[in-house]
Amino acid sequence: MHPAPSIILFTTLSGLGFGMLAFLGLDATPPLGWSALAFLFVAYSLAVSGLLASTFHLGHPERALKAFTQWRSSWLSREAWVSLLALTAMVPYGFGLVFLDQAWRVPGVAGGVLSLATVYATSMIYLQMRTVPRWNHWSPPALFLGFALAGGALMTGRVSVALWALPLLAVVQVVAWIDQERRERATDTDLATATGLGDVGRVRAFESPHTGASYLTSEMVYQVGRKHALVLKVISVLLFAVIPVVLLLMPLTHFLVVPAAASHLLGALIQRWLFFAEARHVVAQYYGRWDMTGMRGG
Amino acid sequence: MTSLPGHTERSLGLVIDLDTCVGCHACVTACKGWNTENYGAPLADSDAYGPNPVGSFLNRIHSYEIQPGTGPAQVVHFPKSCLHCADAPCVTVCPTGASYKRTEDGIVLVNESDCIGCGLCAWACPYGAREMDPEEQVMKKCTLCVDRIYNENLPEEDRQPACVRTCPAGARHFGDLSDPESDVSRLVAERGGIELMPEQGTAPVNRYLPPRPRDELPELDVLAPFLEPVAEDFKGFVGWLDRALSGLS
Repeated sequence: MHPAPSIILFTTLSGLGFGMLAFLGLDATPPLGWSALAFLFVAYSLAVSGLLASTFHLGHPERALKAFTQWRSSWLSREAWVSLLALTAMVPYGFGLVFLDQAWRVPGVAGGVLSLATVYATSMIYLQMRTVPRWNHWSPPALFLGFALAGGALMTGRVSVALWALPLLAVVQVVAWIDQERRERATDTDLATATGLGDVGRVRAFESPHTGASYLTSEMVYQVGRKHALVLKVISVLLFAVIPVVLLLMPLTHFLVVPAAASHLLGALIQRWLFFAEARHVVAQYYGRWDMTGMRGG
Repeated sequence: MTSLPGHTERSLGLVIDLDTCVGCHACVTACKGWNTENYGAPLADSDAYGPNPVGSFLNRIHSYEIQPGTGPAQVVHFPKSCLHCADAPCVTVCPTGASYKRTEDGIVLVNESDCIGCGLCAWACPYGAREMDPEEQVMKKCTLCVDRIYNENLPEEDRQPACVRTCPAGARHFGDLSDPESDVSRLVAERGGIELMPEQGTAPVNRYLPPRPRDELPELDVLAPFLEPVAEDFKGFVGWLDRALSGLS
């Protein structure tokens, strides 16, 4: 799948922002006063800038409000609703924290749960795609929620939580990469089922319908340099988990949270790029390019 | 709106005969022409005369080679467009309700003024039947020529999809696949019409008729047994050549 920068930025930044909001909302002893304002400012900036980045992906962003109408059937519409509700619920809660030194539990817990629900809804947009076997799998919710929680713990300065959440996330990610490969190999869609001609003989793509590119080939039959997949995976885990944990274990943790968070964000961006670039769409079968798409063999 | 109807009164669709299709792309041209000049946003081409031409099409023709266990390989031309699935995943993912399936005839359509161009429906379709228009930035797909098939301003024989009307080989058929007595349903029954990617669970309406088994090439001419045996004793120049070469070998 084409790794569009707007979607990578959206899922990564808003995931981190909502992860921070979840910790701020669910925590029994949240920061108060100016400290709360600083955390809320960063969390809202990330969440809202991520949501704005997602509108750059749209052909008609001026019609974006229509996306609130189909919450009964569409995960994208549900995501729009829960993100709006989460951001709304956190407003009175944040007001209490910053100006009244009060942590009101009802809006706090509601905002925290809705923040996690937003990340879950985002991940379900990918999980529901039967056409992309790598995503049609347990891993999108596990990874999106994992990154939101581990990143949120790190970015809200919960060092003790981050110290076990980040290594756990690294383990989940490695297991996910391995199991996504298995899921993709297990798909029963091939050129024989795509054409229905498997009973006649062995089917091979002979000629493409068009000599140039098309929306289909550039969006869903995306090909990238495959040899770098493994290297990128190692760099990603080092940046999002290993380096932040090493920094947090050093003295003067308070100052090292910022470089740890920067490293985590960079690693998360690489992880999210791989999430798209590695994923193969079954329509590639029609073009005889299933084996050439994605990044397998790295 | 984006929930699928539990039942449609009819299931209009296409039956495409892979035995007859000659791969001329006339249906592609007719489709692009009709759907550029009529209902909805025109099907744009961008950089049409430049180095990287890209355009939106509702119908595209692939070609495949099939190698049977015995006998020669054969080439099959394979037109592919929206299959108007009963369980269309492109409809339920739509966040705005722009994408919908009609209850009266089962046609899957896009309301272009509601489309935000998010592209999710194109991701959800396993067949590559939806393309974002490069100029209008809305999702385009086969409408089954909804503006022809009910159009009383057109002569009766033109009230079928442009691709079907234009096909010079008669490889494309249009009709109601929910009616077992319709021409298309009988064709599907007689020829063993196939569904594409049934494992994707989309329950497509369109069907493809597989190529008929090819004739086996006979080893001998049917009259061969009645012919005189070929002479073994060569005469003249050929006889001299045969003897000379036999002496050398």
